[in-house]
Amino acid sequence: MKTTQAKTSIKRSLAVLAASCALFTGQAVAQEPIKVGAFLSVTGGAAFLGDPENKTLELYVEKVNAAGGVLGRKLQLVSYDSAGDAEKARTFVKRLIEQDKVDLIVGGSTTGETMAVVPLVEAAQIPFISLAGAVVIIEPVKKWVFKTPHTDRMACEKVFVDMQARKLSKIALISGAGGFDKSMRAECLKVAAKHKIEVIADETYGAGDTDMTAQLTKIKNTAGVQAVLNPGFGQGPAIVTKNYRQIGIAFPLYQSHGVASKEFINLSGAAAEGVRLPAAALLIAESLPASDPQRSVVVNYKKDYEARFKSDVSTFGGHAYDGLMLAIEAVKKAGGTDKAKVRDALEGVRGYMGTAGVVNMSATDHMGLDLTAFRMLEGKGGNWTEVK
Amino acid sequence: MSAQFMQYLLTGLTVGAIYALLALGFSIIFNASHVINFAQGEFVMIGGMAAVSLTAAGLPYLLAVPLAIAAAALVGLALEKFAVEPARGASVVTLIIITIGASIFLRGLAMLVWDKNLHPLKPFTGDTPIAIGGATILPQSLWVLGVTLAIVLALSWFFGRTLLGKAMLATSHNRLAAELVGINVRMVLFLSFGLSAALGAIAGILIAPITLTSYDVGVMLGLKGFAAAILGGLGSGMGAVVGGLVLGIAETMSAGYLSSAYKDAIAFVIILAVLFFMPSGLFGKRGGERV
Repeated sequence: MKTTQAKTSIKRSLAVLAASCALFTGQAVAQEPIKVGAFLSVTGGAAFLGDPENKTLELYVEKVNAAGGVLGRKLQLVSYDSAGDAEKARTFVKRLIEQDKVDLIVGGSTTGETMAVVPLVEAAQIPFISLAGAVVIIEPVKKWVFKTPHTDRMACEKVFVDMQARKLSKIALISGAGGFDKSMRAECLKVAAKHKIEVIADETYGAGDTDMTAQLTKIKNTAGVQAVLNPGFGQGPAIVTKNYRQIGIAFPLYQSHGVASKEFINLSGAAAEGVRLPAAALLIAESLPASDPQRSVVVNYKKDYEARFKSDVSTFGGHAYDGLMLAIEAVKKAGGTDKAKVRDALEGVRGYMGTAGVVNMSATDHMGLDLTAFRMLEGKGGNWTEVK
Repeated sequence: MSAQFMQYLLTGLTVGAIYALLALGFSIIFNASHVINFAQGEFVMIGGMAAVSLTAAGLPYLLAVPLAIAAAALVGLALEKFAVEPARGASVVTLIIITIGASIFLRGLAMLVWDKNLHPLKPFTGDTPIAIGGATILPQSLWVLGVTLAIVLALSWFFGRTLLGKAMLATSHNRLAAELVGINVRMVLFLSFGLSAALGAIAGILIAPITLTSYDVGVMLGLKGFAAAILGGLGSGMGAVVGGLVLGIAETMSAGYLSSAYKDAIAFVIILAVLFFMPSGLFGKRGGERV
């Protein structure tokens, strides 16, 4: 009994193997697919980034193929789960380059994973579009490395521009101990002077802290503070917002794009009223005016994603959408998958409208976004509305 | 200035009361078994998350809260029955490692059963801050302080006046002697896990409206509660409460008057200083073995 079972299973797997060989050679004869490699933090601590990114890539590769592919060739997605681990990211990128022989790479959910693989893609001379946030990815410019998300420096500048418009110049910072918080705090301090903003108090809180009233009381009693900015991520900003209202601070509170979501309002409740933050247009897709050039892109992406996965769209998935679409545009413009030509085409992208904003790449800017990519939102009546 | 001091004090007391509840949980299990239960923080998480999902399902607080506490207590009892008891001949270190494993397991399980998101819980009695001497305190903080006080009183009655409580206390003093006079030491150990899980769950439910809750909320709270227990003296109920409050107030005072960046460091320096002069903590049993 057992042996016959084993035999049939061997037979079956042989048949599958033969079939897949036939399929593969058949395809190869017709048209070689365009291989898109991806490594994303689908599981682990950064799963909130990698999960929607991976879903987005799968969804759109399918859609593009159903519509006939690119240049008559199908897209083939080769995706690995790097679980937020830089070491794993290196291993998978090596595999993508050497074994899978992909034509280009879209991926790297976190800055750590992205920076770990930069030397590999530079050496292999393969176009790489990162989905991570930090400025270091594109500064200094690396020949083969591009990225789609806005940087934390842009978020700081967007906030500072809004503060200037409201004639607020002396501000306090309160930030957490996480990587996102630290990086954004440093960037804000760097660009503050440029916008004539003076940081006169700079408080921090720990990763698992449950109460920030002590830090906020100190800020409240610092003479001259006109506004507070909280570059933060996770539960910290929600607690800061609640404590802010609890001790009755009257001046405006700004949060960062790190908590730009409906969830933040759910977590902080009525305290989110009047809080401002910079965010991508995706968050307010439906309430954008019809005249907004970005409206159709974000509304369509939102519809596609939510119809397929029955869960709320996130800006992170949007970064993957932009990455894939930029790659497709570059392949079309290059007329094939020649790596050097695709790279040049990526660098030459002008006026592409993505979920993050208008992309104008150049030899000195491998992200191509400007401050219009961010919208300034304000919490009003339990939802986000754009500040005009 | 004094309003500022008042605010720091109120905040410190609230934070400290939370640490104290966790420290009490550590102490109860330590007394019964000399094991430091590193899954204590996970009980806090289970209490909070269970309360969140039960209230989301439409249950009123009066029903959801006892159910959430019972759920955590059951998990505590199961942990003892299926993980700690089978290894009862093993050394204390082995048992501690088992609790570390259990905490990782419970966190993973919570991630699957619930999700990875943060969840708010509605405050028991409104959100309007109460002004006291120029400072403000949330009604929920008063709940935390009040319930902590009630629990401390209830526990001291339990350990001082009931047969079962006295049996647990006797076991902590001398396990062999307790066994000789007919105390069911295994039952004591079993119940101690249930009791400290219930305590953890109460803490988790009380703080969820203030701090939000998620599958990994227990990690940092567990560490802080452990530090408070060490500071007060492991195994001492009084020590757990004092240790928790001292740690909470030290943290907020140093965040307020010195530097928020070093507030955790300052709190731990205080702990080290205390332990340097009083190796068994503020209220710990003296004359133990010195290493």
